[in-house]
Amino acid sequence: MKVILRNPRRELEITGPRTVINLLASLDLNREAHLVMRDGELIPGDAALNDSDVIEVRPVISGGFR
Amino acid sequence: MKCVTCRGPAVIDIRRQNANYCVEHFFEQCRRQVVKAIDEWKMIERSDRVLVAVSGGKDSLAIWDLLIELGYQADGFYVGLGIGDYSDVSHAHAAAFAESRGLKLLTVDLPSEYGYDIPSGSRAARRAPCSACGLSKRHLFDAAALDGGYDVLVTGHNLDDEAAVLFGNTLHWHTEYLGRQLPVLPARDGFPKKAKPLVRLTERETAAYCLLRGIDYLVDECPMAVGNRHLSYKEALNDIEVKSPGAKHSFYFGFLDRASALFVPEAEDDRDGLQPCLTCGAPTPSEVCAFCRLVDRAGGHQPEPVPVELGSTRTRSTP
Repeated sequence: MKVILRNPRRELEITGPRTVINLLASLDLNREAHLVMRDGELIPGDAALNDSDVIEVRPVISGGFR
Repeated sequence: MKCVTCRGPAVIDIRRQNANYCVEHFFEQCRRQVVKAIDEWKMIERSDRVLVAVSGGKDSLAIWDLLIELGYQADGFYVGLGIGDYSDVSHAHAAAFAESRGLKLLTVDLPSEYGYDIPSGSRAARRAPCSACGLSKRHLFDAAALDGGYDVLVTGHNLDDEAAVLFGNTLHWHTEYLGRQLPVLPARDGFPKKAKPLVRLTERETAAYCLLRGIDYLVDECPMAVGNRHLSYKEALNDIEVKSPGAKHSFYFGFLDRASALFVPEAEDDRDGLQPCLTCGAPTPSEVCAFCRLVDRAGGHQPEPVPVELGSTRTRSTP
């Protein structure tokens, strides 16, 4: 599957099938700090991802000194 | 995963609640948490005129949307910081949101109205960029709320923000700040009432709220904030949260319930020694307030190039 990451933006090819939770773990990304979308739609941690999917992993942490 | 309320397909799992939600019941959950915060700390009265500090990011747009959904009268206030493309794009997001809903967005632009931008101004004033930015925004937010006759100034601080600030203040025992770290601060001479209705939601939830509501927010991180301590505290807390869901909530709300009152007297003492700034009239412990000193030192400098990366193809420096 194609996985799009942000900040900085980059793309990776990851093999499926795997779950969202497994994908984040394999990328060493914290579940609390990211959302995962398939075709622009938010999907939960147990969603099954396949080789044909286009996935965006969006970080949610933001902020300087506020 | 199934929605905890209707058993339909879930779109988000919230581990600290041990619950999953479909779109409709996630919105309901977000509104419920905001209402609970507003009611518990008496943040906003139904007749209040509210000013929302808006950055174009997920939190400020989410709370503006939620307040409007809940029936409050809320205008937005945006500060242009002069951080190249980042500021241009963030303003575009804030303006588009306001226009799409017919809302009023007030704007102040630091470079054109005060003669400095954050990158060059912070360097000229020998301040960290995030410090100069925070100081500028706090001063201008307060002034806009007071000058506009608003009853409450609302900011988009969420649970992650508050837990991270608490973590930093506790790590270094900044007791003078701990007494002011409350979800609502009353109006006082020279200060508007301030409220943080998102303190019961994490930033993962505010981001999800925006995605599901179709709110187009600025995803890219501020180029000046990369690597700052506040972000490292958030990362540390999220590492704990993964192993112990609910840790951020119990850390912050445990502080509010059991410890914050101990530090209020010290914060009150700090405020008792304030006097009007000789230049602008804002409350300050000095003759001239920190913002006016910043304007004095930072104004009139040439803009400084800032590497800004937005999206996949746009990597360039500001002019």
